[in-house]
Amino acid sequence: MTVGDDMTDACCDAAGRMPPPGPAAPPVRLDRATIRIGGRTILSDASLTVSEGAFVGVLGPNGAGKTSLMRAILGIVPVAAGEISVFGRPVGRGNRDIGYMPQFHGRVVPRLDGRSFIAAALHGERWGLPCDWRWGGHRRHDAAEVDRVLALVRATHLAERPIHQLSGGERQRLLLAQALVGRPRLLLLDEPLASLDPHGQRAVVALVNDIRRQLGIAVLFSTHDLNPLLGVMDEVLYVGRGAARLGPVDEVATGPVLSALYGTPVEVIRAGGRIFVVADT
Amino acid sequence: MFAFEFMRHAFAATGIVAVLSGLVGYFMVLRGESFAGHALSHVGFAGATGALLLGVPPLWGLLALTVAAGLAMGLGGRGTTQGRDVAIGLVLSCTLGFGLLFLHFLTTSATRATALLFGNVLGVDGAMLGWLALFGTACLAAMAVLSRPLLFASLQPEAAEARGVPLRAISTAFLAIVAIATAECVQVTGVLLVFALMVGPAATAQRLTASPGRGIVLSVVLAVAEGWGGLALSWWTDCPTSFWISALSTLAYLLACLPGVRGRVCLRP
Repeated sequence: MTVGDDMTDACCDAAGRMPPPGPAAPPVRLDRATIRIGGRTILSDASLTVSEGAFVGVLGPNGAGKTSLMRAILGIVPVAAGEISVFGRPVGRGNRDIGYMPQFHGRVVPRLDGRSFIAAALHGERWGLPCDWRWGGHRRHDAAEVDRVLALVRATHLAERPIHQLSGGERQRLLLAQALVGRPRLLLLDEPLASLDPHGQRAVVALVNDIRRQLGIAVLFSTHDLNPLLGVMDEVLYVGRGAARLGPVDEVATGPVLSALYGTPVEVIRAGGRIFVVADT
Repeated sequence: MFAFEFMRHAFAATGIVAVLSGLVGYFMVLRGESFAGHALSHVGFAGATGALLLGVPPLWGLLALTVAAGLAMGLGGRGTTQGRDVAIGLVLSCTLGFGLLFLHFLTTSATRATALLFGNVLGVDGAMLGWLALFGTACLAAMAVLSRPLLFASLQPEAAEARGVPLRAISTAFLAIVAIATAECVQVTGVLLVFALMVGPAATAQRLTASPGRGIVLSVVLAVAEGWGGLALSWWTDCPTSFWISALSTLAYLLACLPGVRGRVCLRP
């Protein structure tokens, strides 16, 4: 038994029903969901549905709760009221359908190679010895899975290099590979563009979009600036002041909608195929 | 040198302690918790001297206080690095202070204090060897169950949490194991030199190989080699064992830092 199984089963039993059929259920559905953290309301009574295979940009002011929303979808942050479901099942910790790439903090980078780093995520929730110590069929199976995700993020050549010698962009790709381990159907990427230059940002967005199309999975991609995602994302999800709005960029990224979400007059200026959100202070 | 029972005991004790220290130390270094082990050994000093004062074998005082402190550190959670530094520093000075106070009340203090601070592996008797083996085996068994989620949680805590790894439980359990390993290590190297076996070999191994599997094996092999090497050198030179162990441990790390050494020692297949 694994830690993950344990948690998922417990969650479904608590809800008192069997999981509904998968394909028809949307990757993420918020049904009048409220999320509170330490007395602060992140989302209040929010309803929205992310469709199958969609690329959704998640935007909002700093501290609006983009990370908290992702952690709620992962089942780490509890839902205070309403319901959040992932592929038709109520959220629960250790959901194998979700791949998560956390925000990169500048913590000490271990002296390990890329392959070991990703292998650690492979069934990393199970008790027992690390992957390195398995042998025979298991070992080949594990190695094949690590090779698969490395190829997906085009990082096969980085596999044997120590992580502390890689650039920020190269590390991002390994983190993305880690999120793809175990064939998730939904990717939650938290600020993957932070600390990358414009060239690196375009490369990450294009890579994520390729992977999404190739695997047919849905992506929630949080970012500070919506411009790198223009032309790639299907919909934008704005979070702010306890509310959330999901829709096509042209409908959501407008002065009136964003003014309400930011709680301050906001002007949206479109110029040269780019969108500028300007706070009117 | 194996003609003497105390040397046979010393080699066995060092072997047991080195295997455990090499393994546990690898994860300590990986998690950036090296100084947690150092703090725990100082807590142990107060425990050991307190036990002496009460007329109980020092090992029990050591174990009781290090495990209690390890659990407290784990349950206290991960604060900021700065907060942790301050907490560890305060715990260090406070417990060493208490250790000194307990020693003050003991009449036979000098030799006892030296043995605790700098180790007295040549004084390990058969009974102690049995306890070391018992606790060592228990820790190895626990690590066999824990190592996989521990590795994941050490490298990518947020991602591990998302996959359902219970972070706090894992880190608390690990610190309890570190506490036991530290208490064992004190028997060989003493309170002040636990770094020599717990951190030295692990840090050297992480310089030499980038794979956790090989790293753990190498860390254990280095710890055993340095421990036994230290014993043998102390037999031939008549200098303290702990001196030789810490000297070998430092030397190995410095050698591993030399450019070009890594490629020569640990080539990937």
